[in-house]
Amino acid sequence: MWISILPELGHYALILALCFALVQSSLPLWGTYRRQAFWMAFAQPMALGQFFFLSVSLLLLSLSFLLDDFSVAYIANNSNSALPWYYKISAVWGSHEGSLLLWLWILAAWTAAVGIFSRALPRDLLAQVLAVMGWIAVGFGLFVLLTSNPFARLLPDAPLEGGDLNPLLQDIGLILHPPMLYMGYVGFSVAFAFAIAALLNGRLDAAWARWSRPWTSAAWAFLTIGIALGSWWAYYELGWGGWWFWDPVENASLMPWLVGTALMHSLAVTEKRGVFKSWTVLLAIFAFSLSLLGTFLVRSGVLTSVHAFASDPERGYFILVFLALVVGGSLFLYALKAPAVKSHVSYSLLSKEMLLLVNNILLVVICVTVLLGTIYPLILDALGLGKISVGPPYFNALFVPLTSLLCIALGIGPLVNWRTMARKQLVQRIWLAGAVALGLGMALPWVYGGEWNLYVALGGLLAVWLVGTQVRDLLHKTRHAKQGRLQALKGLGLSYWGMQLGHLGVALCVVGVTLVSNYSAEKDVRMEVGQSIQVGDYFFRFEGIRQVQGPNYTSDQGVLLRVSEDNQVISTLLPEKRLYLARRQVMTEAAIEWGLMEDIYVAMGEPLPDGAWAIRIHYKPFVRWLWIGGLVMALGGLLAVADKRYRQANPVQA
Amino acid sequence: MKPQRKQRLIWIGALVIAVAFAAGLTLYALRANINLFYTPTQIAAGEAPLDREIRAGGMVVDGSVKRADDRLYVEFAVTDYQENVVISYDKILPDLFREGQGIVAIGRLNEEGKLVASQVLAKHDENYMPPEVADALAAAEQAKQAATANP
Repeated sequence: MWISILPELGHYALILALCFALVQSSLPLWGTYRRQAFWMAFAQPMALGQFFFLSVSLLLLSLSFLLDDFSVAYIANNSNSALPWYYKISAVWGSHEGSLLLWLWILAAWTAAVGIFSRALPRDLLAQVLAVMGWIAVGFGLFVLLTSNPFARLLPDAPLEGGDLNPLLQDIGLILHPPMLYMGYVGFSVAFAFAIAALLNGRLDAAWARWSRPWTSAAWAFLTIGIALGSWWAYYELGWGGWWFWDPVENASLMPWLVGTALMHSLAVTEKRGVFKSWTVLLAIFAFSLSLLGTFLVRSGVLTSVHAFASDPERGYFILVFLALVVGGSLFLYALKAPAVKSHVSYSLLSKEMLLLVNNILLVVICVTVLLGTIYPLILDALGLGKISVGPPYFNALFVPLTSLLCIALGIGPLVNWRTMARKQLVQRIWLAGAVALGLGMALPWVYGGEWNLYVALGGLLAVWLVGTQVRDLLHKTRHAKQGRLQALKGLGLSYWGMQLGHLGVALCVVGVTLVSNYSAEKDVRMEVGQSIQVGDYFFRFEGIRQVQGPNYTSDQGVLLRVSEDNQVISTLLPEKRLYLARRQVMTEAAIEWGLMEDIYVAMGEPLPDGAWAIRIHYKPFVRWLWIGGLVMALGGLLAVADKRYRQANPVQA
Repeated sequence: MKPQRKQRLIWIGALVIAVAFAAGLTLYALRANINLFYTPTQIAAGEAPLDREIRAGGMVVDGSVKRADDRLYVEFAVTDYQENVVISYDKILPDLFREGQGIVAIGRLNEEGKLVASQVLAKHDENYMPPEVADALAAAEQAKQAATANP
């Protein structure tokens, strides 16, 4: 009895959560307007209640998935009784409706977290922050309930078997990627809510920046992990061996990341020096708006992309209107309130403020160029001016010079003092790192590739420059150590180490991007049984095909031996061509022999006449460094959040 | 000059330079890297340029896929049910490439009107039709109806 109505209970819990969100978005605001603590006090319990009921809702949907309740349309479309249990759970967010429920739940989780961890905040500010987040929850709650209800039933003709989860999504990367990405997207709503609340009550000060910082860094770290996971998944699952395609959907996640990175740095300036206040607010608004734009781009079906799932235009309009309200409303508020914000602090041309300004400008410019390349085709199409696509060369042509400039500024930034600094002093601090970087950078293409390559030299230069200036900064920070430098390193504080790790991550990514882009080898070949082939410095022999049976698929598994020059077997690679039975869909499962310095990547194409197969063999040097770099960056962000100075109790202002 | 004003000038100067730099690069890069989409009808009418990268697409014609015996080279035709275009490709075709499926290819036209593709895209969802192809089919259908209506 109970089991058969689980979806209805889940639906009911979702409606209750929306009611809680409505209260959370209205009464506390009324309270701050009337300055009555009674009404303000509604914010926290409502946030917790909303989180509770959304958790119930999500849990019940997951349970229905595990119980194979195919009378629920969403489950019938995205699950199958032969699906392993862990994919049944990840299928909860495998498609539109469920992934929006996850979005909503994560928003509630962030809101509840703000409610719990921000007890030191002034009561009215907290009430406003939670109310703003409540508005977002109301908007998305309505969206889920009105256009994308995951609990809708297929009655009375319920199917006996489900249509299965898209085989592309049956993978560990896709269990983790969407929740991480959403944690990041939605996490920027906290920074957004803080910014709006600060605009509402006119308190844009250092304290506000300090409260925003850990939330922003946390959201940014999750987004970084999400993007890295997505890239890793695309690499091994799509079977093309690429790690970034400048696909609109990838760009949609990169844009909030870029602005979020700028926001993190600008918040640092606002907290430490009290400048860039209105700029910081603007970045907070844009970071969240771009997250919403990302959701719109992915969920509205306006894009041609690997992620373009069949979808419904009505949903696109809803998000577009919501996006317009959020951007329009917050910019209107900004226009009203921001002119009153003034800072009376000066800084000179050569100062940390200036370097961070350069960082912000570059990041925003990069974001604008990505945005342009992403939506230009959409705009032309909407205006009926023809169908175009903007290819990777456009993005590369802009991204490479701009990020190079960014890396140069990034090396200098930490070494510059706040306010002002003598040029001579700065040169003294950076010349050695610069010289070493120049030397090693020039040498790298000769040493690694045996011939001159401008891009490799540039990449090598930047990576060495980043690490070199980091080491210089560590030496500088510990120069007065009395009990030895090691002791002094321990005293530097978690947020400092967070910064160092974040920047080290950038250097690792630069190494990865440079080497994998310039020294990869790739061959698409026709191979007959027993045939050998050479790719780069490696030799492969094709042994044939064998049949393998999976839980919900059958597979042609190729046996490919990697051999030495004298035909000794070094390793065996087993790429697969799987046929998923429920959807009759063919999937390529690449075989990867991975290492820190190089990946060997083999994927099967199609069967050819005479028992031959099309086989794709890649040699990818240092490709892992990309994702390791991403993880190191994210770890840096999380370290910064853990710094204890964010948890010192503030005196509550009455 | 007051430090305040100087500071503001620096701000504005930096912004203007960055924006100009970005705008210049962007326009240059956009102009060089836009791939226009052409339907088979447009290509047959000679509307597509020969020397630059374009996108073309349509439904893969049944029975048109021809493979070489000793290498990966493959040729197939796509159609919007008015005209056909032959596409050649020497890499691995995507998993969902089938006869009768809508695909989009990126490549250059050669003198014989054959598209030498550098990339072939078929979507990862059986029911998904690339929007360009859907529009191309609709346009061809419309042209046909207009032609029969006004002989």
